[in-house]
Amino acid sequence: MALKWMNDWSRANPKDIWRPAVSIGVVGVALMIAAALVTIGQPFKTASMQTGPRGEGAVVVKFPETLVDPTAADYVSQDPVKPQPGDKLAKDIYKNVQVLGNLTDANFTRLMVSMAQWVAPDQGCAFCHGDGDISTYSEDKLYTKVIARRMIQMTQDINENWSGHVQSVGEAGVNCFTCHRGQNIPSGVWYRIDPVNKVMAGWGAVQNRVTLQSQYTSLPSDALERYLLEGKNILVSAQTVRDKTDTASIQDTERTFSLMNYIDNSLNVNCTFCHSTRAFWDTSQVTPQWATALLGIQMVNALNNTYLVPLQSVFPAEQLGPVHQDAPKLACNTCHKGYHLPLNGTDMIKDWPELASSAPPKY
Amino acid sequence: MAEYQNIFTQVQVAGAPDLGIDNDNRIAEERYGTPVISRLLGWVGNAQIGPVHLGMYGVIAVASAGIWFVIVGMNMFAQVGWSIPEFIRQLFWLALEPPSPKYGLSFPPLNDGGWFLIAGFFFAVALCAWWVRTYELARQHKMGKHVAWAYLALMWLIFVLGLFRPILMGSWSEAVPYGIFPHLDWTAAFSIRYGNLYYDPFHCLSIAFLYGSVLLFAMHAGTILAVSRFGGDRELEQIYDRGTASERAALFWRWTMGFNATMEGIHRWAWWFAVLTPVTGGIGILLTGTVVDNWFLWAVAHHFAPSYDGALGYAAYSATGG
Repeated sequence: MALKWMNDWSRANPKDIWRPAVSIGVVGVALMIAAALVTIGQPFKTASMQTGPRGEGAVVVKFPETLVDPTAADYVSQDPVKPQPGDKLAKDIYKNVQVLGNLTDANFTRLMVSMAQWVAPDQGCAFCHGDGDISTYSEDKLYTKVIARRMIQMTQDINENWSGHVQSVGEAGVNCFTCHRGQNIPSGVWYRIDPVNKVMAGWGAVQNRVTLQSQYTSLPSDALERYLLEGKNILVSAQTVRDKTDTASIQDTERTFSLMNYIDNSLNVNCTFCHSTRAFWDTSQVTPQWATALLGIQMVNALNNTYLVPLQSVFPAEQLGPVHQDAPKLACNTCHKGYHLPLNGTDMIKDWPELASSAPPKY
Repeated sequence: MAEYQNIFTQVQVAGAPDLGIDNDNRIAEERYGTPVISRLLGWVGNAQIGPVHLGMYGVIAVASAGIWFVIVGMNMFAQVGWSIPEFIRQLFWLALEPPSPKYGLSFPPLNDGGWFLIAGFFFAVALCAWWVRTYELARQHKMGKHVAWAYLALMWLIFVLGLFRPILMGSWSEAVPYGIFPHLDWTAAFSIRYGNLYYDPFHCLSIAFLYGSVLLFAMHAGTILAVSRFGGDRELEQIYDRGTASERAALFWRWTMGFNATMEGIHRWAWWFAVLTPVTGGIGILLTGTVVDNWFLWAVAHHFAPSYDGALGYAAYSATGG
């Protein structure tokens, strides 16, 4: 009542305050957002990596926080010990040293300790050698030791024979940590899961399911098996305007697309990292990374067939595939883990000539 | 907001339902259903629902489409082990797929494309019966057959995708799967397989007509709504007795871009753009894999694929050189 004069005045002088209030509010908030964007910065920044000439959309866009692999900081290494004349070799000291016998005792122990840190930081030596006395360490009783030996040979093979892939951007190579990162079983191993659709047969049976292998798409879930185990032909496009010899089907194309999605997601890149998207099939319009990837595909095929698949009988049942009881297999994501340079390109063989080659190490 | 600027119909006049003409051609025969008035529908269209003409072709079309729908749905349902939650969760991923390539044009086992062919047969019957229906009803009403011919353009594209092209390619596996994501997979794979469909000139034309249709639709609808305060929404009256609504609409466009359609002509534009979208698209699909296997190389041979000079690979563009 005290404000009667004000109410009377308001009634006598009607004014539309909502329209200017809303207008000023909208403009004001927009100005504040604009000022915040300019001064504080865009909260969802992206970093662009150009991969080809302008006009083709040849760019890989990423969020900056996904550019650097944080697990690289967990990598521990030890400098090699220069062998002195008269140093005894592992094969002369220990029994049953089948692969690393030419190492001096100091280097042999150094590698063993590092392997435990890389692969079994919680279990330590016992992961492969059991809880027994050190005199029992030569026994091959545990499957983990048998597999570890084979994995050392695989690592040497990768560094020795596939340097075109693992050293394509300077010396990097791989060692146990590249895949394991402190885990007994590396992330990104895969198993056969097809048929994913058991009531259907043929083409309808291998797709249209949300699976890791299909990258959660409805594309086929058997691409890794066909291309990274059986080595089937990935190319599906005709090489001339009219090519009657070319018989790839839509189905083959979807499977290729599925594999390409897998590679993209494993490396956190997109098609344009390797391809000119206007002609995916044209090898005269690809980036150098395409050749690296091609070598990688061949390498994965070789490694799966030479090392992983034959170990099927060695693995305990609980580590075999859930559908076909097949051995765990590797592919792009097992090393890359979402980065086009695994471990940010850290040189993993600098300290480890023992793993860089199957030949006697040179220090 | 001013009353004439509206999206929904503002004034609904409700009276006795309009039962339509029954003068000749036995036009009221097979017309079923007691009309009801829906105020909700009245906001976006005519408030009166029914009666509807059934007719033999209508029954065939609806029954066939129903059989197609049930076959596809039951196949999807079976694929998730008859689990309703899984059916809902994976619905967008599920599909009834065409046969595996090895069966060619023969009839495959039911669970490897057999059901797909049976479903496709009923799909085709439903499409054809519905076309006859659109033609027959137009004839009974002594209308032009524009809707039927436009619908035939759609049927052309569908039959190219699912019938003509698979037969020319010699394999049912070339057909498009019935599924939400899977038919998009097919679309992506089709382009990749044949060297990039964007270089298919008929695909180019189809895109131009599709985008043109959208543009024309927006221009026409915007124009008519904008002059509805002058009676412009009563288009037919404006066609034979042009009033201020037509005048203003015409002047608006003539003064904006120098040219204007007419109250009738705009519908010719819209009809042709809409019809040419699937007609050209169907031609482009039909030529793919039958006449041209790689559209990019075709475009290179015909000098309309540009060449880009410049290094490839990120190392050439980053300061650190990778």
